[in-house]
Amino acid sequence: MMHPSRLAIPSRRRLLKAAAAGAVLMPFAGGRAWAASNPDSRGKRLVVVFLRGAVDGLSVVPPWGDPDYEEARPTIAIRRGGGAIDLDDRFGLHPALAALTPFWQDRSLAFIHACGSPDQTRSHFDAQDYMESGTPGVKTTMDGWMNRLLGVLPGPRHSTEAIAFGPTMPRILSGKQNVANVPLGRGANAPSVLDRPVINAAFDQLYTGNDPLSHAYKEGLAAHKAVLADLQTDMAAADNGAPSPIGFDTDVQHLATMIKQDPTIDLAFFALGGWDTHINQGAAEGQLANHLKPLGDGLAVLARDLGSAYGDTVILVISEFGRTVHENGNRGTDHGHGNVMWVMGGPVAGGKVYGAWPGLSTEVLHDGRDLAVTTDFRTAVGAVLAGHMGLTDAQLDQVFPERPTMSADITGIIRV
Amino acid sequence: MTQDGALVRHVIDRVGYGPRAGDLDLIASRGVDRWLDDQINPSAIAIPADLTRHLDSLATLRMTPTETFVTYGPPSYRPPGGGKPTADDLKAAIEKGRVVPAEAVEARLLRAISSPRQLEERMVEFWFNHFNVFVGKGLDRLWVGAYEQEAIRPHVLGKFRDLLGATAKHPAMLFYLDNWQNTAPGSPGVRGDFQGLNENYARELMELHTLGVNGGYTQDDVVNLARILTGWGFARRDENEGRPRRRLGFFGRALMERPSAMRAVARGRRAFYFDPDRHDTGTKTLLGRAIPGRRGDDGVAEGEEALDMLAQAPATARHISYQLAQFFVADAPDPALVETMANTFQSSGGDIKAVVRVMLWSAAFRDPAIYATRFKTPYHYVLSAVRATGIEVRNIKPLYGMLAQLGQPLYGCQTPDGFKCTTDAWLNADAMTRRISFAVALGAGRLPLDADPDPQGFNARRPERMAEKEPAFLKANGTPVATSTLMTTLGDRFSQTTVGAVNAAAPPLQPGLLLGSPEFMKC
Repeated sequence: MMHPSRLAIPSRRRLLKAAAAGAVLMPFAGGRAWAASNPDSRGKRLVVVFLRGAVDGLSVVPPWGDPDYEEARPTIAIRRGGGAIDLDDRFGLHPALAALTPFWQDRSLAFIHACGSPDQTRSHFDAQDYMESGTPGVKTTMDGWMNRLLGVLPGPRHSTEAIAFGPTMPRILSGKQNVANVPLGRGANAPSVLDRPVINAAFDQLYTGNDPLSHAYKEGLAAHKAVLADLQTDMAAADNGAPSPIGFDTDVQHLATMIKQDPTIDLAFFALGGWDTHINQGAAEGQLANHLKPLGDGLAVLARDLGSAYGDTVILVISEFGRTVHENGNRGTDHGHGNVMWVMGGPVAGGKVYGAWPGLSTEVLHDGRDLAVTTDFRTAVGAVLAGHMGLTDAQLDQVFPERPTMSADITGIIRV
Repeated sequence: MTQDGALVRHVIDRVGYGPRAGDLDLIASRGVDRWLDDQINPSAIAIPADLTRHLDSLATLRMTPTETFVTYGPPSYRPPGGGKPTADDLKAAIEKGRVVPAEAVEARLLRAISSPRQLEERMVEFWFNHFNVFVGKGLDRLWVGAYEQEAIRPHVLGKFRDLLGATAKHPAMLFYLDNWQNTAPGSPGVRGDFQGLNENYARELMELHTLGVNGGYTQDDVVNLARILTGWGFARRDENEGRPRRRLGFFGRALMERPSAMRAVARGRRAFYFDPDRHDTGTKTLLGRAIPGRRGDDGVAEGEEALDMLAQAPATARHISYQLAQFFVADAPDPALVETMANTFQSSGGDIKAVVRVMLWSAAFRDPAIYATRFKTPYHYVLSAVRATGIEVRNIKPLYGMLAQLGQPLYGCQTPDGFKCTTDAWLNADAMTRRISFAVALGAGRLPLDADPDPQGFNARRPERMAEKEPAFLKANGTPVATSTLMTTLGDRFSQTTVGAVNAAAPPLQPGLLLGSPEFMKC
């Protein structure tokens, strides 16, 4: 839902942003010198990739060291060898994610295992809703946690400060702060009839009000123009070569280009579907692998194309819940509980699997069937927001009200 | 008369996809109540001969799931000369099969645009979405059309229990939510991919189709319902041939060697088949009630009993009533209206027509305060725009591509909860600029809606690929829609601001401004 814009109001955030911009110009560059090493990056960025449908975390980061793992999954376990990557003595990485190996090795990729929501639901839709609202078990929350995050970040509003990729506004970015959405694939920089001044002027007369449609119209025009401007270089490059493939890697390339053109982009969101592998999940190859590969490849492309901006970007990959420890009767898995969260980016203290491992023996499983949750997702995201974006406890309370306290282990996930 | 005019516009905007030329006069002269009475008894409304002719030309629309599988499915047969089908064989089959979802989309959109049974088309949209299946999941590309024809359309204003049963047994649903593989562990039918329980359908059956997520069921109920539904799957080839049972894959791959024989068998056959060999014969407890296990072909009766229980549950009456009221009346429907509808649902034994009647005659639905307050869904917006122009549509591809661009590809919702219908779900920055682009192209007569249909270029699995080519669809020159006709068709709904902007604009842009105006974005 769109709400009255704050564009015209010289808000506290605008003043803060102006102050911050001034500070950059000052000669004392004390502390960590990210601004000096990345002169074209002024912001701290967060990219969230939501895997809708519940990805099987026990295949993404298979717990090789757990004696019960392979027994629970006679046909779909990800076994050592076969191209799979050794993370440490306890865990591996799915072979379809080989493109991420360099990031593990340079310690900018971490995982938080047995992470998830404290809510018990095995409904995709409730679980996604809770993970996007940031308030597990509370259905009355109107906005999403990324929108609340936007509300506490410093800086003036502009049309592409937060970007959702796709034709609809996801729950996680819905709320008081205006957010632009950008079309997927090649449609992102397609021309619009509103590029023609006469048509633009005619429609402008119809959408002058302070109503939600007028706000959406104005946001849409501004975002379209900003995206077109940001992607001009990308368009030129694409026109000279073969059309870029349609899919996640196209969208992350667009995002990387936009971020390089416009360093004030703070937040971006993608949702990818197709993870609900009730049948024929596959192992090192197969259905799940076919979905993981473009994701891993796309994340590697994003990191590469961000260039120096990677140093100021954290990418989170989250999913509403995990899947059953035991494979079901159809070589698939059903709705479970605990999952793995992926944390990637220059500021990440990576090369490590975070989180307490609860084990897979039946007596320690959640409801006797699922991986237990030992790290609340709000704790994990909160640690990133505090360490990476500098949120105070009070600001974190706004983003995640009623959040549990963080352990010392998880707060170390962002390098100081 | 002003008040009546507003009510007339309200009912055609909400009960249908907005007015075509002459509709407002027709409803006004018939009277709103009598027109709604007609709508609620659609079989009495004649279908125009043109529409019937067009639908008759869509051959795959009348095919059973088995027939489409045999004719357009994967070539698992060995071609003459032996050997497995090559990659080229598979590609050719996929190309050949594009016609099936293309014709399903064509039939649905044409009906919604030109059927005078507008409420029926709205109910088809509602129920298909409620019992959603996804064209992009494997064989469902061949079955979404048959699913709508066989399981949805006959029951949209009928008994909920019939609708529930028809969806539960249709191969499109059995495949989409995986129940065709749901097998009792250790049963004699265990083989290959049929090794054990799959709770996917059982969960969504309670969460989405009947009780609702807070409808009072537990994880144990999900498992027990999955056990009850073990063995619900597809007909097997040996069953279809009336021969003794042999354990082959569904439809029997070997029979593909004799497709003509299979086609003969397939005609008139129901694809649903209950496999007692894979059924769990133990006693189950569902929602506190013991359901004794049954053996042999009687095992299917457990599932029927479970569907009876779910259809009769008060939670189901509330859940369905809420969703209907949200679809037709308001994003957050009045609880009193929902309760009245739920009571009718219960007292009528789940008679959908009775529930819809109570809703359409309620004060909440007739309240002028709700007129033109909702942002249309993409589906509603695109259909209402085409209806208003009166353009005869032969080629639905530009419309289908537009729906994909706007995030609501027909038959393309991947998840079982279906598309949302609320303003919040669809109003966003990108939606506005895209709708305006569409409105301007449609109003200027530049969408090639009169071109020859071309199913080969139709990509139901990746509609966004069609959408991305959309600018190339535009004709260089078109005949603009007549502005005065369009304004008469749509009635007195436009503000002075809009009328002023239209009058000041160049004629080819005028219809686009009307169709891209805030008044037309809402219903």
